[in-house]
Amino acid sequence: MIRRERLVGYGKPLVFMLCLVPLGILISRGASGALGPNPVEAITHFTGDWTLRLLLVTLAVTPLRRLTGQAWLVRYRRMLGLFAFFYAVLHFTTYLWLDRFFDLGAIAEDVLKRPYITVGFAAFLLMVPLAITSTQGWIRRLGRRWKTLHRAVYAIGVLGVLHYLWLVKADLLEPGIYAVILGVLLGFRVPWADLSTWLRSAMRRRHRIASARR
Amino acid sequence: MLIKKPADILPSEITPQQVWQRRREFLKASASGISLAALGLAGTAPTRVLAGDAIPNMQPSPFSTDEPPTSLEDITSYNNFYELGTDKGDPKANAKFLKPRPWTVTVDGECSAPGEIGVEDILASFTQEERIYRLRCVEAWAMVVPWVGFPLGDLLKRFEPTSKAKYVAFETLYDPEQMPGQRRRVLDWPYREGLRMDEAMHPLTILSTGLYGELLPNQNGAPLRLVVPWKYGFKSIKSIVRISFTEKEPPATWNRMQANEYGFYANVNPAVDHPRWSQKTHRMIGDGWLAKKRETLPFNGYGDQVAGLYAGMDLKRFY
Repeated sequence: MIRRERLVGYGKPLVFMLCLVPLGILISRGASGALGPNPVEAITHFTGDWTLRLLLVTLAVTPLRRLTGQAWLVRYRRMLGLFAFFYAVLHFTTYLWLDRFFDLGAIAEDVLKRPYITVGFAAFLLMVPLAITSTQGWIRRLGRRWKTLHRAVYAIGVLGVLHYLWLVKADLLEPGIYAVILGVLLGFRVPWADLSTWLRSAMRRRHRIASARR
Repeated sequence: MLIKKPADILPSEITPQQVWQRRREFLKASASGISLAALGLAGTAPTRVLAGDAIPNMQPSPFSTDEPPTSLEDITSYNNFYELGTDKGDPKANAKFLKPRPWTVTVDGECSAPGEIGVEDILASFTQEERIYRLRCVEAWAMVVPWVGFPLGDLLKRFEPTSKAKYVAFETLYDPEQMPGQRRRVLDWPYREGLRMDEAMHPLTILSTGLYGELLPNQNGAPLRLVVPWKYGFKSIKSIVRISFTEKEPPATWNRMQANEYGFYANVNPAVDHPRWSQKTHRMIGDGWLAKKRETLPFNGYGDQVAGLYAGMDLKRFY
């Protein structure tokens, strides 16, 4: 057990560095002029993609823990969630600054008139309280209510994928992949269709059949 | 047979000097057999030169804007051409699959002299002009493109449209071998577009055969594409294989897919928003990431010439 403690301890800086890799790629592309003819669009798409990806990774922690029985996995969840928020902040800042130049009128119009921006903005707003209450102190202070509050991450996932789906003009393949992954990850949380129990029993059955043949 | 005679005005006098000089340097380097070294040294050497032939006998046009053209690199690497892929970088990457020679355009429908015309014939029979036009995409970005082409009306007249011809319909090549993007049904292939007869005959409406004084690169719609500078870019159908005169409004791909988002007319109009993009402003490609967006003008700034075509029409309804 002490060894595992240590591994988790060493793992954290590693995961932290891994989560910074996309930012590093973005900065190096920016510095070398490799962001293409429309750099603002490239930055917006890049940071949006990584927000969604890290959000899905965060949502994958609990099902993975239940499937594998590796309880320590949950120790990475806060960091992953905060990195999803970090890329969301970059995404939102790119929009506010480089795309709209803080033109509040245009931003208000976007949020009110364009559904994909409305849901994206809502998802971002919902992330803020979760990020704030991610500290040990807030977990203690909120007690049981903390868990209820942090279930908002499911809504954030749905709004985030919807944000992407509604943005795309015709080719729904990429946002469709995110939607399917999100659907599976949320499926694990639905009590009446508990995918993890089903998967575990399916694996046990296969194991039994395999050992009976032997 | 192409009859070559010296141009009155050299392309070097029209193309921006830096671009022209880069090309001359590259050609000189190629001639002395060090083209590979030049490519290596220059880094972003103009790859177009290898594939492109200069268009002979090109004339300047009074319709050209004097705004600085977007770089050849940007015009050829940021494209919406779903037949070659939905990402804006895909068309350049997949350009090699498209074979723009030999190429024939079929002209049929409500006309007395239907028939076919080869692209070589088109290049030889119509005076090619340089038309530096603003191009505004419905996605709220814009470019300035030094097209080479000729008025669409000149070609249409040849096929003698009848009085029944109220519209002109266009169709892109359908061939998933040459157009890998067509292997998935992202759009209702082949891509179709249409214009009203008076729009098609307007002197600003051209068929483009080239870019920056050379033959059109595949990713920009080789060998022949429509350019209607006062409409959103998606109206300017690429790699045309069929032109038909029709009595009724012909189908247009984006319009059929999402009529509430993409109108048949698709005139650039800052007063009519797309559900996903405000059309009041646009980003000029090449301005860089700290540049502000620019104000979009009605009819993309060509209102003086074309507003009359829509007199009495409610452009919020016929968007």
